[in-house]
Amino acid sequence: MFDLELGLDLSGDFYTRHFQPTPSEDTLILNMGPQHPSTHGVLRVILEIDGEYILRAEPVLGYIHRMQEKMGEVKRYEQYLPNMGRVDYLHALAWNWAYVGAVERLMGLEVPKRAEYIRVITCELNRINSHLLWWGAYLLDLGAFTPIMYAFQDREIVMDILQRVSGSRLTYCYYRFGGVSQDIDDIFIEKTKEFCAYLKPRLKMYKDLVTDNIILRKRVEDIGIIEEETLRKYGATGPVLRGSGIKYDVRRKEPYSVYSELDFEIPTASSKDALGRYLVRMQEIEESLKIIEQALEKIPPGPHISPQAPRRPKPPRGEVYFAVEGARGEIGVNLVSDGSAYPYRVKLRSPSFSNLSMFPEIAKGTLLADAVSILGSLDLVIPEIDR
Amino acid sequence: MIDLSTIPSPLVQIVIGLIGVLAFVGLNGLVCVYLERKVAGHIQRRPGPFEVGPHGILQPLADAVKLVAKQMITPKGADPILYWAAPLISFAPAIACFLPLPFGPKLQNVSINVGLILILAFSSLNVLALCLAGWSSQNKWSLLGAARDIAQSVAYEIPLLLSLLPIILLTGSLNLAEITQTQGPWPWQWLVVKQPLAFIIFFVCVFAETNRAPFDLPEAESELTAGFHTEYSGMGFGLFFLAEYSYMVVGCALASILFLGGYQGPVASGWWWFLLKVYALLLVMMWVRWTYPRVRFDQLLNLAWKWFIPLSLLNILITALVVKL
Amino acid sequence: MIGSKLKETFDGVVSLLIGLKITFKNFLKPNLTVHYPRKTVKPEELTGYRGHIELVPKPENPFVPRCIGCGLCRDICPSGCIEVRSKRIAEEKEIHTPHFGLQDTPLDLTRKVAPPQKTKIEIVSFELNYNYCSLCGLCVQNCPAGSLRFSKDIYLASFSSRDFEFDLLKRLEKQAQARLKEEEEWTK
Repeated sequence: MFDLELGLDLSGDFYTRHFQPTPSEDTLILNMGPQHPSTHGVLRVILEIDGEYILRAEPVLGYIHRMQEKMGEVKRYEQYLPNMGRVDYLHALAWNWAYVGAVERLMGLEVPKRAEYIRVITCELNRINSHLLWWGAYLLDLGAFTPIMYAFQDREIVMDILQRVSGSRLTYCYYRFGGVSQDIDDIFIEKTKEFCAYLKPRLKMYKDLVTDNIILRKRVEDIGIIEEETLRKYGATGPVLRGSGIKYDVRRKEPYSVYSELDFEIPTASSKDALGRYLVRMQEIEESLKIIEQALEKIPPGPHISPQAPRRPKPPRGEVYFAVEGARGEIGVNLVSDGSAYPYRVKLRSPSFSNLSMFPEIAKGTLLADAVSILGSLDLVIPEIDR
Repeated sequence: MIDLSTIPSPLVQIVIGLIGVLAFVGLNGLVCVYLERKVAGHIQRRPGPFEVGPHGILQPLADAVKLVAKQMITPKGADPILYWAAPLISFAPAIACFLPLPFGPKLQNVSINVGLILILAFSSLNVLALCLAGWSSQNKWSLLGAARDIAQSVAYEIPLLLSLLPIILLTGSLNLAEITQTQGPWPWQWLVVKQPLAFIIFFVCVFAETNRAPFDLPEAESELTAGFHTEYSGMGFGLFFLAEYSYMVVGCALASILFLGGYQGPVASGWWWFLLKVYALLLVMMWVRWTYPRVRFDQLLNLAWKWFIPLSLLNILITALVVKL
Repeated sequence: MIGSKLKETFDGVVSLLIGLKITFKNFLKPNLTVHYPRKTVKPEELTGYRGHIELVPKPENPFVPRCIGCGLCRDICPSGCIEVRSKRIAEEKEIHTPHFGLQDTPLDLTRKVAPPQKTKIEIVSFELNYNYCSLCGLCVQNCPAGSLRFSKDIYLASFSSRDFEFDLLKRLEKQAQARLKEEEEWTK
């Protein structure tokens, strides 16, 4: 297609051509992204719209593909650790844990009790951080500018706490095979307790300011209803799944670490809409606080890293899968070892990818503004999708 | 202050008034940008602009210089005449809207007895400008923004007018100076006491007419990137910006004249009281913007057709009955 | 029906007013921004912070690093941003066996070299290309001599990537000189 009058090449790229077999008179093909304020990164969604109603939607991936899985094959086991903080920069510790856990399972390495508790505390703190940022960014999608600043105010405290032990503020590389890189101190414990006490009234404020707000309610209620069948078809996990009333959480279904010793609920919502997913995440923050408080009570003394921890692991031949519950869903690492110092294959299962795959089905027939709301409620982290 | 009515020739009077209004609009733009950013900052517990001048007071001036100095780009495929006419059409009527406003007892440019209608008529021209901007940009986001704006403005024009009818019934005049005069200097003598519902409807409609959050759908940046002004750069964008703030001031000025006693105050009535009320209402508009999420398009229209229009009709009916009896 | 609808509307309006109240309260509270560069983060808040790595001096001589030149940090670094060069020099007594000492070899662990009698290792250069560093901390954790630590330089900024290629030996020298000067002033 070449428009002679305007001198414009309207044929578009491969995806656009693939997407528009029969452009009718009444519809418009719209490119949402790769640079768009509400796709949070470089996600591109091609939409066919009739007025403001979406007829078809198709996500286009690969704009931030960094060959994370291939990098896993050319680096030694311990050298791949810093990559895990960069797959999902919002819940970096869960990815740390998934990879470290997979290698530990492959080697049969015992992790000291204290290290397990430290991992639980820091991972849950990181989960709170991730949910807070999602909350702010989602509200930004819906047009409220202030909540994200309040969320960052709280995030700042968590980042200070985590910086104390892990040294970084966002892309952590804290867990090591057989433990963690640094022990926690009294100030860390004290600050974490302070934070737990601080966040509870803040959550009440968030509820008053945002959750109960009639405008927000109208924007999320009955929007983006996901049926169980769709969820199963695409393998959705995490708050997206629990927001549709299915009680699935890796921390309970395949208990790893010391989660079986801790008492916490798996929040679910029966409404299946964006509000359900929203409420599940807000309740998860409260549950995480509960877990942290319990873990701080129960934490035993001892070493923070196993004395048998290898400097350069050479796991035996074999294949292993280890999954943890991240802020967005089940994070899995499938590792194949041929007995050398380099992994034979690293497969990363990222929850955002499965969750995004559902988008074309949910978005069909909704308004453009609702599509933005749905995209936000899935809580996507684009680097995790492309890896 | 100068007593405008002492100037003999009406033409000279209008020219002087226009210069005054232009100066006021420009200055007001700077003040509003500064206020907006400071209010946003403090609500979010940031300082807002802080580096240019003491407490960032020169920041809007720096922004204005940047906008003026920027290259004005016409996108490929855009209609150059319509594209550059749109910001002017948006901005010029805003000036006209200031002419019949009584800033003080003797500070009114044009004292005509249909002042209210003049303002409403000129402010409606803004829709046309946004429509042109969206259409001529050759950009799908702009087009969607323009479509939204037309539907929104048309829908909200009706309750806006209907909410003003009870005032006209009560005062029996369309001259803004006279309407001000019918109210007394004390708050309980203001028309807002008699017509609280009309005031609320009017104020909400001003939000919608000036495309302010939570009704900023035509430029909803998380949905339409920047709506109708996606493609504009430099002073093209600057004029839209200035026009938006001018319409906000016009809306708030109308609200304060019609409902809050205009330039009259408990002590020392004068133009300072008028400006105080206008800027207080502007601050409320900013406060609201930084608090709420954006409503959805169909909800916005539902609000107009299902709530505001019936309510304002009811309000007119009750007022008419009371006035008649 | 109408009653519940009206109540819903009323609740909605109340929720809007509550929102306004909360933002107004926050409006009155003081700012939280740290006004950089007029104010900076307090040093005690930097405990545990990972800046770029730096060398730890020997306790008896602040000009010489603890480093034994084993090259483990270079090997383990995922990004390959550390470059260590060392040479073995014979101690002064063993001056008769010069053929071992004068070789300027980049360190290679796989090469089996017969240990020279009474030699010591001098670090010729220790370079860090901070542009590639991902601050994982593997080098610090694995250093057998405890010769690496994280610096607390958080305000690093430059227009050129060249400025982030550090010569850590020079840095150590500067730090040692600063320390000496400080001590002198203190003794005065």
